[in-house]
Amino acid sequence: MTEALTKAGLAEKLYEELGFNKREAKEIVEYFFEEIRNALENSEQVKLSGFGNFDLRDKSPRPGRNPKTGEEIPISARRVVTFKPGQKLKARVEEDAGSEQQ
Amino acid sequence: MTKSELIERIALRLDQLPVKDVELAVKVMLDTMSDVLARGERIEIRGFGSFSLHYRAPRTGRNPKTGDAVALAGKYVPHFKPGKELRDRVNRSMHGETETEV
Repeated sequence: MTEALTKAGLAEKLYEELGFNKREAKEIVEYFFEEIRNALENSEQVKLSGFGNFDLRDKSPRPGRNPKTGEEIPISARRVVTFKPGQKLKARVEEDAGSEQQ
Repeated sequence: MTKSELIERIALRLDQLPVKDVELAVKVMLDTMSDVLARGERIEIRGFGSFSLHYRAPRTGRNPKTGDAVALAGKYVPHFKPGKELRDRVNRSMHGETETEV
């Protein structure tokens, strides 16, 4: 099992491949995710062509239950983020990942 | 927000970097993330969320034109799970809006 890609791994890539200094690389990675969070927080859909879209969905309140006690607790209305992978990413994952994981 | 808008917003925060450089950095980041998923590995960004692959079992589909049964192989699809900070910020923004409406 390999380690997951993190912000540090992405910054390392920018430093190695594009020659940004380490501080710049770290800042770009930080702002990349922060600007996506800002957009979603401001009710904007985020469309990154080739990779995918981050959409917002509003969920109605619904009755819920504490799985441990069985007690009924209402689940309030909420807004959630969903990710819809783009065609290009889906195709790459279907072609490559399947063969490697089997 | 599109990819080019994201690039502009990151560049506004890093006024010492040309937009061209930020554009290249965003391209390399998205390519790296796609490569990692295509290899069947995970991405974990603290405060943002994680990307992994979910398996879809083989199933029998239908050709929508002819109605013929088609055997569809199992496949992997990219999946995003929002992290706590992103979930909270998006959800708070919704409640901020509904409170003013009431």
